Amino acid sequence: MSNADTRGQTAPSSEARRRFLNGIAGAAGGACLLALGAGLYARQAAALPAEALRPPGALAEADFLAACIRCGLCVRDCPYNTLKLASPGDAVVGGTPYFTARTVPCEMCEDIPCVKACPTNALDHQLTDINKSKMGLAALVDHETCLNFLGLRCDVCYRVCPVIDKAITLEKQHNPRSDRHAMLLPTVHSEHCTGCGKCEKSCVLPIPAIKVLPTRLAQGKLPDHYRKGWEEKEKHGGSLIGEQVRMPVRGLEDAPPAASGSPASGSAGINSGWKP
Amino acid sequence: MTTPVKPGLVHPGREAVTRRGWLVAHKWLLLRRLSQGAILLLFLLGPWFGVWIIKGNLASSLLLDTVPLTDPYLLLQSIAAGHAPYKTALIGAGIVLAFYLLVGGRLFCAWVCPMNLVTDAAALLRRRLGLKGGRVPPAETRYWLLALTFVAALVTGSLAWEWVNPVSMLQRGLIFGFGLTWGIVLAIFLYDLLVAPRGWCGHLCPMGAFYALLGRLTPIRVAAERRESCNDCMDCFTVCPEPQVIRPALKGSGSRAIAHGDCTRCGRCVDVCGQNVFNFSLSINRRSVS
Repeated sequence: MSNADTRGQTAPSSEARRRFLNGIAGAAGGACLLALGAGLYARQAAALPAEALRPPGALAEADFLAACIRCGLCVRDCPYNTLKLASPGDAVVGGTPYFTARTVPCEMCEDIPCVKACPTNALDHQLTDINKSKMGLAALVDHETCLNFLGLRCDVCYRVCPVIDKAITLEKQHNPRSDRHAMLLPTVHSEHCTGCGKCEKSCVLPIPAIKVLPTRLAQGKLPDHYRKGWEEKEKHGGSLIGEQVRMPVRGLEDAPPAASGSPASGSAGINSGWKP
Repeated sequence: MTTPVKPGLVHPGREAVTRRGWLVAHKWLLLRRLSQGAILLLFLLGPWFGVWIIKGNLASSLLLDTVPLTDPYLLLQSIAAGHAPYKTALIGAGIVLAFYLLVGGRLFCAWVCPMNLVTDAAALLRRRLGLKGGRVPPAETRYWLLALTFVAALVTGSLAWEWVNPVSMLQRGLIFGFGLTWGIVLAIFLYDLLVAPRGWCGHLCPMGAFYALLGRLTPIRVAAERRESCNDCMDCFTVCPEPQVIRPALKGSGSRAIAHGDCTRCGRCVDVCGQNVFNFSLSINRRSVS
């Protein structure tokens, strides 16, 4: 194949025309193949591994991959060397920024230099309060090894959390093993968790029981039509289905009627007097 | 070819060296290498020595903490992928676009792009080894590929070409860490050496095609100013990465300036010509066959 120089001739012969068309077809075909390959590769490589977290303010992954031009300015401006630029061979798309919580977590700089550095808004410049960032969501994935679940007072993930008492709280539970102690269970609240990864970084176990995952993996979702009865009741200021007939409980007929309320308040159990 | 290999095909520029001395006969080549090296060094001064003159990489950077620079080709891909451009990137791309419109689009290829070193090395080795032939894709392939990189961005909604673009991989690898980049660089080198002479830069690279489109109206051109003294030694054709651009200016009767967008302004023809036919010229009004 050659790029037929048809311009030099005043009337291109059919031979030259054929060569020209062949050339065009070959070029188009080859280019199609190359681009198709690139496109397929792009789709296959788009799956971000669960350990890799995007910087604060990163758009949703699909939008991020359209916006990020792989310049590494966010990486350069990260003062804690948290962010890395993926190179070919990494599981993350080459040239895009990411961090691994267990290696170096995000220190949640108040001025968010990485977002400021981004020239394309792949890191959304509307994010000005680092506490509102959503890099991922912490999840206490392993209840079998978490020391607090074993009844100990480790509390490290709770203590290091930059949004302590909001993003992670300690919830008191009865310890059925000793039957006389409490367990204080670290509990993540998605509303406040930024996904900075400090909890995962500082988990004292050799393999952390709490991990920051991409929100799509860490968070469940209720069906849209679900309503929580107790919330609806509160909104309405009373039961939505009217006063219910109280059925006697055999053997407890003379138990004193307790004040109605939520199951959590007052005495719990079958004779709490709770009504729907 | 039945004729024995002419010495000029293996060592082009012999005459220029004997007439003007090695240094003068390599002036533009050395300046170019200096420019390519200096640009990489500027980017590495920050991470290596903490001197932040320029930050980022060739995709987008920040000069002296104030001037944004963005590759317009990348920004266009991003727009095709459906992302509304942000003001910093727009300003940066505007500056880069204006610069290359002024100095010649493919000046990027010859004076900035690090892949040029790889393909120049392949071309040199090919000449020295006397390798002939090969299967060269049609020169238009790069324009088809250019169009298809935008289609791929549109269809996949991401910068599809940038997953495999050897040019951005190489410059990013040099500035941020290499990873497996060497594999793709080696592939390009071997392709140019064994399969297609000047195959990557001259026939395939869509980035080069994009910059070629920018270079059509550029006033800075190489011109065959003294074309009457040409003695047909063919040295310029041998060293030129885009030999098709020389003929109209050297052998035609129209403008002496090389107006073709494919010209990379590498100045190698200026270097190797024993007759001093070529020089860089500033030609604003010269029209020529393209």
